Amino acid sequence: MASERMTVARAMVKVLEAEGIKTVFGYPGAAICPFYDELINSQIRHVLVRHEANGGHAANGYARMTRKPAVAIATSGPGATNLITAIATAYMDSIPMVIITGQVSSEQIGRDVFQEADITGSAEPFVKHSYLVKNPDEVPVIFKNAFYIAGSGRPGPVLIDMPFDIQKAQIDFEYPETVDIRSYKPSVQGNKLQIKRAIAAIEKSKKPLICAGGGIFTAGAENLLCEFMHIADIPVVNTMMGMSSVPADDDLFYGMIGMHGVKSANYAINNCDLLILLGARVGDRAVTAISRLEGATVIHIDVDPAEIGKNLAATIPVVGDVKNILGEMIKLAKNYDHYDWKQELSEIRKTQDKPLSPSQDGFVNPKAFIRTLSAKLPENVVVSADVGQNQIWTCNNIRLKSGRFITSGGMGTMGYSIPAAIGAKAASPTSEVIAICGDGSFQMQFMELATMIQHGIAVKVIVMTNNRLGMVREVQTNAYDNRLTAVFLDGSPDFIKLADSYGIPARRVTDIADADSAINDMLSCDGCYLLEVRVAENEKTIL
Amino acid sequence: MKHTISILVENHAGVLARVAGLFARRGFNIDSLAVGVTEDEKISRITIIADGTAYTLEQIEKQLNKLIDVIKVRHLPSEELLSRELVLIKVACQPSQRAELISLAEIAKAKISDITVNTMTLELSDSVPRIKNFEELLRPYGIKETVRTGSIAMQKGGASMKL
Ligand SMILES: Cc1ncc(C[n+]2csc(CCOP(=O)(O)OP(=O)(O)O)c2C)c(N)n1
Ligand SMILES: [Mg+2]
Repeated sequence: MASERMTVARAMVKVLEAEGIKTVFGYPGAAICPFYDELINSQIRHVLVRHEANGGHAANGYARMTRKPAVAIATSGPGATNLITAIATAYMDSIPMVIITGQVSSEQIGRDVFQEADITGSAEPFVKHSYLVKNPDEVPVIFKNAFYIAGSGRPGPVLIDMPFDIQKAQIDFEYPETVDIRSYKPSVQGNKLQIKRAIAAIEKSKKPLICAGGGIFTAGAENLLCEFMHIADIPVVNTMMGMSSVPADDDLFYGMIGMHGVKSANYAINNCDLLILLGARVGDRAVTAISRLEGATVIHIDVDPAEIGKNLAATIPVVGDVKNILGEMIKLAKNYDHYDWKQELSEIRKTQDKPLSPSQDGFVNPKAFIRTLSAKLPENVVVSADVGQNQIWTCNNIRLKSGRFITSGGMGTMGYSIPAAIGAKAASPTSEVIAICGDGSFQMQFMELATMIQHGIAVKVIVMTNNRLGMVREVQTNAYDNRLTAVFLDGSPDFIKLADSYGIPARRVTDIADADSAINDMLSCDGCYLLEVRVAENEKTIL
Repeated sequence: MKHTISILVENHAGVLARVAGLFARRGFNIDSLAVGVTEDEKISRITIIADGTAYTLEQIEKQLNKLIDVIKVRHLPSEELLSRELVLIKVACQPSQRAELISLAEIAKAKISDITVNTMTLELSDSVPRIKNFEELLRPYGIKETVRTGSIAMQKGGASMKL
């Protein structure tokens, strides 16, 4: 390919096209205008969000669907700093993103000029890597490397800060075809010997358990996981990030582990004699539920060697791509039989599925609601859960047979669900995409209803209204002698009228008897929809 | 436990900040840090003396390796270590005390780098314990200022830290 003389701004657009980017999420300002001025000439769709953080979350949702780096854009200063929460959210959940920020002109950097912020400095703890571009000729290589770094190994956000003058500079543009970063060579193939040791341990085990995390999606290993667990007859539990990696109706699936997990999953992880961690870093919220793992063998399979042994000591570490390693393990595994162990777990699973308490007058039992919803969900649905009680009600009662569950697992970022759903819908327009949030988190993100309307991104939104920051309310009830403070959401608007003002059809459910028809209304609606579910203030998070 | 960690990094702007930031936010303690360019001018070497358990050391190595600009990380075991620090010590020194200080410097193999009517500046490159010892010997004269570089270290013997 011969090089072509052009501005860096134009080259940036060419780069995005070369990377196969179809949609970007952003919010402009003066410092990024040269780039926007070139974006006009491209087929790339720009989704104007209503807050930069939401642009970041939308890119996050988009990347989770496409499994490739997604792009978020902001201007310098406040635009860039507004993005930080989204960058940190993506970093904690290992989501591939390339973030482009405008920056003041090179010669002004360091002088505290208008809208100058050291964004590479301030985002450093939350990025996989970052660049402050100083030499326009390096732009093609920097972008090539950025996309590669973001998407390979353990994925994560990569930030490119583009000074105004650099965007306007002329370069000879030629996009490199290959990447060679001598200091970055993620290991992909698992060590054969370690894999053999893992299989030997499985062979010996009477009570093996797979704990599958978000790394399954990163590797695209859902099918291989299912194949492997059935060949080897091994029960599976999920971390929150791993939810929906295994069909919920699979008999070998025992639910989500952790502080907010279900009994069968936490029992399994405490009573197994062999734990196989697959693309799971078992963060503290997941580990709190593990009280007596001593004595069990731990096989830890992860692409990031730094996660192995960090939160849980590993007997057999296997570093590499989960998909490759599962492929190898399938070749070596035999048809084991763990009938007794499965029986033991199934007994617990049966008892925990006890009938729910009836809804209180004028309110809907949120768990019952999610179960009703769950039963009606179409194939390949995407459920985007926010943070709070609503998130846990969703996690523990939604049973996805196919499709995808997404949430902000590591950071627990309120306001994630709607923008992430917008991103997911933009990436998978044929899937039904549903955001589920609380009344607190809804008010951190409802400005994005406009984005949905403006860009025709038909997301369904379910708001669980308890007039409380429910999860914090519960902490205060349990740990602070019910001294409730700063958790009341009085002053909230009427969400139905609010939706109406955006032209979004909406319905409120105050009686579980209406749940069925309301959900039907929502699912049969072609465009956006808002469903408000009234939940009692004293509803518990866990059963 | 003190650990000597040798890190080869790309000689880019901002790399030192990344390494130092990583230590700070992960709660790893740095005793000393020295940085300089290597035989290849595109590569710098950072030598860090850090304090921590075996678990901390393993985490430090793994987390450093995750930084994109870090090319190689090595923990140098103390038995194989050639370690030096450079110190400049300015002490009060009346003309009558000069001979005494000069002979002290000779014994310690330190150099006299600067001298005024009532001060003398001594320069010593040596291992950290010997530098500390030298400092103690000078203390009675009245140390006005000490500047130390932090340790640099290399593996003993013929082997070298290659890319
Ligand atoms: C950005 C952000 N701020 C604060 C918190 C702390 N927090 C966790 S859950 C929660 C309450 C959420 O309230 P709501 O969205 O109404 O959900 P509910 O728990 O009532 O279902 C809060 C404030 C957070 N996770 N994220
Ligand atoms: Mg609430």
